[in-house]
Amino acid sequence: MSERSGWETVIGLEVHVQLATRSKIFSGASTAFGAAPNTQASPVDLALPGTLPVLNEEAVRMAIRFGLATGAEINRESVFDRKNYFYPDLPKGYQISQFSQPIVGKGHLDVQLDDGQTLRVGITRAHLEEDAGKSLHEDYSGMTGIDLNRAGTPLLEVVSEPDLRSSAQAAAYFRQMHALVRYLGICDGNLNEGSMRCDANVSVRPQGTTELGQRTEIKNLNSFRFLQQAIDAEVARQIEVLESGGRIVQETLLYEPELNRTRSMRSKEDSTDYRYFPEPDLLPVVVDDALIEAIRATLPELPHEKRERYQAELGLGAYDAAWLTSEPEVAAYFEAAAENSGEAKLAANWVMGELSGALNKAELDITRSPVSATRLAALIRRIKDGTLSSKTAKQLFEALWQEPAAQDEAAEAAATCIDQRIEALGLKQMSDSGELARMVDEVVAANPAQVEQFRAGKDKVLGFFVGQIMKQTQGKANPQQVNELLRAALSGKPD
Amino acid sequence: MDPFASIADLAEGLRTRTFSSRELTQAYLDRIQRLDGQLNSFITVTAEQALAQAEAADAQLANGSAGPLTGIPIAHKDLFCTQGVRTSCGSRMLDNFVAPYDATVVERLQQAGMVMLGKTNMDEYAMGSSCENSYYGAASNPWNPDRVPGGSSGGAAAAVAAGLAPIATGTDTGGSIRQPAAFCGISGLKPTYGRVSRYGMVAFASSLDQGGPMGRTVEDLSLVLGAMAGFDHRDSTSTEQSAAELDALRSVRIGLAPERLKVGLPTEYFQALTDAGLATLLDEARRALEGRGVQFVEVSLPHTAAAVPCYYVLASAEASTNLSRYDGVRYGYRCENPKDLNDLYQRSRSEAFGAEVKRRILTGTYALSVGYYEAYYRKAQQVRRLIRDDFVKAFESVDMLLAPTCPNAAFGKGQLVSDPVAMYQQDIFTIPASLAGVPALALPCGFSEQLPMGLQLIGPHFSEQRLLGLGQIYQTETDWHRRHPQLGE
Repeated sequence: MSERSGWETVIGLEVHVQLATRSKIFSGASTAFGAAPNTQASPVDLALPGTLPVLNEEAVRMAIRFGLATGAEINRESVFDRKNYFYPDLPKGYQISQFSQPIVGKGHLDVQLDDGQTLRVGITRAHLEEDAGKSLHEDYSGMTGIDLNRAGTPLLEVVSEPDLRSSAQAAAYFRQMHALVRYLGICDGNLNEGSMRCDANVSVRPQGTTELGQRTEIKNLNSFRFLQQAIDAEVARQIEVLESGGRIVQETLLYEPELNRTRSMRSKEDSTDYRYFPEPDLLPVVVDDALIEAIRATLPELPHEKRERYQAELGLGAYDAAWLTSEPEVAAYFEAAAENSGEAKLAANWVMGELSGALNKAELDITRSPVSATRLAALIRRIKDGTLSSKTAKQLFEALWQEPAAQDEAAEAAATCIDQRIEALGLKQMSDSGELARMVDEVVAANPAQVEQFRAGKDKVLGFFVGQIMKQTQGKANPQQVNELLRAALSGKPD
Repeated sequence: MDPFASIADLAEGLRTRTFSSRELTQAYLDRIQRLDGQLNSFITVTAEQALAQAEAADAQLANGSAGPLTGIPIAHKDLFCTQGVRTSCGSRMLDNFVAPYDATVVERLQQAGMVMLGKTNMDEYAMGSSCENSYYGAASNPWNPDRVPGGSSGGAAAAVAAGLAPIATGTDTGGSIRQPAAFCGISGLKPTYGRVSRYGMVAFASSLDQGGPMGRTVEDLSLVLGAMAGFDHRDSTSTEQSAAELDALRSVRIGLAPERLKVGLPTEYFQALTDAGLATLLDEARRALEGRGVQFVEVSLPHTAAAVPCYYVLASAEASTNLSRYDGVRYGYRCENPKDLNDLYQRSRSEAFGAEVKRRILTGTYALSVGYYEAYYRKAQQVRRLIRDDFVKAFESVDMLLAPTCPNAAFGKGQLVSDPVAMYQQDIFTIPASLAGVPALALPCGFSEQLPMGLQLIGPHFSEQRLLGLGQIYQTETDWHRRHPQLGE
């Protein structure tokens, strides 16, 4: 863990968000993942002589979307710069980025922590830039292969303030960012394809002091777990160095998960002078109020707004609200189930419990759930009206899982289907008081000894009678009703 | 047919079937083969392709679908990318480079029916004022083979002057169209920055590079400019221009009242002019125009002296990163058996770039480095704004400026090679307009010691039509543009 007595951890994150534009930021080539190497590299991406970058306006709109969602200033004029360095997968010998005038200025992200508290994390800036290609070292002995399919993919680099105080907070921030960009539809969020990558700036300082310690930067973390583990490992290393009288050196690190440690990539001494200067091939990006307002009008309900609404209007707890809003698809499913059933809490329990368990086991995305939201809603309604017990409801759910429904099945069709299944499987809870009353009378009459015990004050014996009824009805009797009928019969009151 | 005819006259010959485009093209190809050994003005001659294009043009001329430029041969500077034909940029680095696309300029002129004769010699990456910095050897001045033709579009100027091509494209970053035009006694236009698309032009200094025509007459320049110019969605720095505006560029014969024009004589330029012969010629040019009613006044461009150092900081800074892509990884020259990545970079670039290119990369890298950026790059940007403001202010009181193009006539080969600063000072009168982004037209204005001399008309942004209009009037008053050198056959 990062909390070691006497030390405070300070973390700032740089999150690289791959924008979900169809074509690249400065060329018309496709951004689709997984194509054969170099098949999605145009003359611009290859940096052939005479080619020029042309800005993809969709990337600009996505950056503005992000800025508006984080309460940030949108700079009316922003400028692209060249960041110069040589690397084989950087075709031009410079990366087009934004240095002194980024498109998105100061903003913030409200992060829900595990203890239910909300932490407001400052966002320093977010700027547009192009991704580099990939160097493939594994497949070629003694050589390196270059794949430029990724070169020119648009990135939004989001730089946070050093507002995070633990690896858990950092992971929560990264998760919240992940949820946000997916809600905004500006990133597919596929961490294992590198759609979001994160650099962590980490330092420690004695508890109670305000001056920042010397920081190091851990590069290229692409999972919530690795981010947390890498920070923990680095914090432990820094504390060890400081406690044994050493000094922290500014350096860039890589995290090695198999060894759970950070390894130095390069120190400040051999850091590159990037020789930033304004990109003369592109005009400044000018954004007017009309565009900003048009984009603002298309913003969806954001995760933190949903979270608050689930708590305030649907009466869900903080944990449930956070869980259900972490992904837009989950929230959409939950909302459909809650709305169609009229039972938000029950819907939340089912989505987070039975459904999520089954999806995990089957390794399915919620958008491909065999049980549609409308079917789950119909099932919940039948629990609520007493037709199903929690036990029979689970049986029905399992049955439904085996015969997938269309995701967009209409509520009425789903309700009909649920009722047919209940009938066909004989899952209907017995709530017919006449028949139950007859059974109760029979059981009471057949067990005089237990009746005596109950009347003598042994309340526990009630369970025995309930058990008998359930046995006879194969669990379909409405337990509440059975209880009431039994109590009436046992107390000897006249019917 | 006359190899020194204007393209307007050649077009007339094609229209009247006096000769076919194939005959015309073959005539120029024959001259190139016969005479270019003396000049080295072409790097690549595309004879076969030219004849095929000429035949296609002849078909268009026959079926009535021809335009005003259909069937006219043209030579492209070897930094315009040409699909399927090597684009070397005068460098060993690109000796093996064949682009899979045409530059917008090439594409537009081809669509206009022009026939490409080949690719002309130039200073490597357009860096130079003498055409001596070419991997393919220096080009010569057709008026005197011991003199340079100027640069960087020296091959284009030499080819047009010698009648090896009736017209050519060039590019101008700090004078690379105008100075060789002046040295070779032809006309050349550097358009307003943004007038002509840079797509497919191998970049030297992106904020300054501009393609333009080099030809025998102002009218010829206007015809070709009208076809080259216009917005291109592939170049974000190109400017929207209406069809009417582009049409107007092609019709300089019409409607300019010289008696209503006021032309400024920039004091600083004339003070810096030490060549007495040129001063006399400029005075004669002024009087010729005064004879047509043009008024002249002195104007001041106070920051002129800062232009050359400012330019060499900015152009080199941009060049240093524009040339980073030549790393031996994807295309172009790669050294033999690189030991490792750094060896690949270092040797590929060291072996393939010439001395002047290396000098500018080093200068530019230095100017952009931490600790020097403020003192050099930022300062130069500020100076550039002052120079631009000088022009804007001057154009509040005058319609255009008349100035020398170069400080002297063509200098001797090898004369300035070892003195780069003296070489850079050759651009003293052409650089300011480049920094300001304004158009400038270079015209032959006489001879000094059997070498042609040039004047320059500089106008406000997008004032090409008026510049060409006055240039046209000048060329009706004079015949310097009709003179041509005698080459030993």
